[in-house]
Amino acid sequence: MIKYHLHHLRELEAEAIYIIRETAAQFERPAMLFSGGKDSIVMTHLARKAFYPARIPFPLLHVDTGHNFRETLVFRDKMVEEIGARLEVRYVQDSIDKGRAREEKGPNASRNVLQTVTLLDALEELKVDAAMGGARRDEEKARAKERFFSHRDEFGQWNPKNQRPELWMLLNGKKHMGEHFRVFPLSNWTEMDVWMYIQLEKIAIPEIYFSHEREIILRDGVLLANSEYIMKKDSDLIETRTVRFRTIGDMTCTGAVESPASTLSEIIDEIAVSRVTERGTRHDDKRSETAMEDRKKVGYF
Amino acid sequence: MSDFSSEGYMNMELLRFTTAGSVDDGKSTLIGRLLYDSKQIFEDQLEAIEQRSQQRGFEHVDLSLLTDGLKAEREQGITIDVAYRYFATPKRKFIIADTPGHIQYTRNMVTGASTANAALILVDVRKGILEQTIRHSFIASLLQIPHLIICVNKMDLVDYSEEAFSKVVEEYRNLSTKLDIKDVNFLPISALKGDNVVEKSTNMPWYHGSTLMYLLENLHIGSDENHIDCRFPVQYVIRPQQTEYHDFRGYAGRIVSGIYKPGDKVKILPSGETAKVKTIELFGEQITEAYAPMSVTMTLDRDVDISRGDMIVRENNVPSMEQEFDVMICWMNANNLQVGGKYAIRHTVKDARCVIKDIRYKVDINSMHRNEQDKEIAMNDIARITVKTTVPLYFDSYRKNRHTGSIILIDEATNETVAAGMIV
Ligand SMILES: Nc1nc2c(ncn2[C@@H]2O[C@H](COP(=O)(O)OP(=O)(O)O)[C@@H](O)[C@H]2O)c(=O)[nH]1
Ligand SMILES: [Mg+2]
Repeated sequence: MIKYHLHHLRELEAEAIYIIRETAAQFERPAMLFSGGKDSIVMTHLARKAFYPARIPFPLLHVDTGHNFRETLVFRDKMVEEIGARLEVRYVQDSIDKGRAREEKGPNASRNVLQTVTLLDALEELKVDAAMGGARRDEEKARAKERFFSHRDEFGQWNPKNQRPELWMLLNGKKHMGEHFRVFPLSNWTEMDVWMYIQLEKIAIPEIYFSHEREIILRDGVLLANSEYIMKKDSDLIETRTVRFRTIGDMTCTGAVESPASTLSEIIDEIAVSRVTERGTRHDDKRSETAMEDRKKVGYF
Repeated sequence: MSDFSSEGYMNMELLRFTTAGSVDDGKSTLIGRLLYDSKQIFEDQLEAIEQRSQQRGFEHVDLSLLTDGLKAEREQGITIDVAYRYFATPKRKFIIADTPGHIQYTRNMVTGASTANAALILVDVRKGILEQTIRHSFIASLLQIPHLIICVNKMDLVDYSEEAFSKVVEEYRNLSTKLDIKDVNFLPISALKGDNVVEKSTNMPWYHGSTLMYLLENLHIGSDENHIDCRFPVQYVIRPQQTEYHDFRGYAGRIVSGIYKPGDKVKILPSGETAKVKTIELFGEQITEAYAPMSVTMTLDRDVDISRGDMIVRENNVPSMEQEFDVMICWMNANNLQVGGKYAIRHTVKDARCVIKDIRYKVDINSMHRNEQDKEIAMNDIARITVKTTVPLYFDSYRKNRHTGSIILIDEATNETVAAGMIV
């Protein structure tokens, strides 16, 4: 390694910390979205580094679909306690009960889309003017177009055709009343970067990322965790398999992969030779080719 | 990725590059090719674009569909916005900003260029140098992109002719004498067929240079950062509300240039006060030498009044501190620049306001002539202007330091970023 040259993980770390500090400095009420998945765990870790020895100067916000993996919630509460962060939880169930959102029906029903309603309501209620998210540009083609500081109009909508140019590292967070920003500190990270960073920094992650036995529903080539939240179809095959999760989201749409990988380095070796993207295991993206762009335009992450 | 090693991964360098060139010169196809031949395209992604290509009746898989991500882009078959792509080889990780060639999206090229180590400029060998090629080369030189790679593309359509290649090279050399470019490389390629992209072409035995991939992996980027002039803009002041850290005052930020060590005598701008660096740390870990582009937290040996936007520099190497200076700008907004107009200005992490005192000249990109009469600065125009700021800024010329020499102008009514500026 050349002297005075940062290797790429440290450069990505420095960039993300810069963006998080910039968000804390430019906005009045930032919040960090926390889903319990590895990206938001890494982002939270970076936020700790950014302000240490002070505590993270903004709350974590979890939009709870009510269909979470139990392990994720246990992990979330333990982590929040350990780092002394403030956690706000808002429930999709409440949005449904209040008539703000309508539950989808049928075997493919998911609360993934409904999350947007709860999220936008929570941002308004908490007067959040900048919501940081762990989305990465390598995840999906619409996300590849995102800025670090992504402007949202007063309806929370994204206008991908008229984004502010983002030059050098001069981030423009100026906005009118009622508008807000989404901020993506991990924009330039890839799935592999995230895993390598977790290993480098020895960051704890929920156990369901590692290989375990689980009852799964085999449907359309996707392995869904069997739970009471999923309505079964006749064609569904229910079996116990040795699996782990590559991404963690709502139980109804997060697919598992068959894998014996039970350590970080085994996971990393597996990803290095994997021929499908991590979103290839997501049911929500398979709905249509522009599923992500359509959801993002109306306020999804 | 078969020769993946996790130890190697920890030691990889990061190279950021941007693509430029006229519409249809093959930028998106080239990126698709780089990703495809370096086996960075996943099965589900490939399946999706195979399907699209078939639906459209193409005989080959259209690799440009990989980067054109927005609905409107796929419908119109053009690139509208910057798309970022990532790939890695055992040597380097690459971040690509794929930018559109259309004139109305020139601002996106500037965006991609502002952080790039290298620019790939595509030229269709049959068409030679076009207006967009000149414009993009000029922007690359204006933004001081350290390395330029001129990819003479579609060689398959001219029977891989050496003459055709040499003609473009010569034409480009004439152009580049008028530009300020440090390192230019020329490559004959076919993005569609793959010649000289990742694999060495067997169709051009007359070409003895390297492939594009080899060049990208071996460009010398070690000296792209400035390690001489110490500049540390204070981004955030850390004052923990916990009793155990009652007296802690940390200055958080990103080192934009130079090397800092504990014990260094430093000067704080704008106050001019001096102090010594006590510690440089991150997450409690002490750093003995901190350099660009690290994000760190610095503590000083005595209490000095420092706030966001101040800059910590070395006592004997200070930037200029002025309220009036000249800037080369690229205008990026539909509303024209107003002489006498007031704008918000952002420099490092400092916000101020400014007034446009004068338009010195506009650059005619085709001839690269300076026009001192034309004062109408519209979208995509490049001009030299004089600005006066409400408070002094501490800056270097852009040529000396990309980080302390760059600014953006923001329209105070719309909050839009309206110009990218390089301090002369
Ligand atoms: N024959 C040939 N066609 C190419 C080559 N590179 C790109 N093309 C075609 O040129 C057209 C425009 O390419 P595209 O990548 O979309 O150009 P962009 O506008 O610069 O992104 C497409 O039809 C490509 O298939 C090449 O090397 N040879
Ligand atoms: Mg294109």
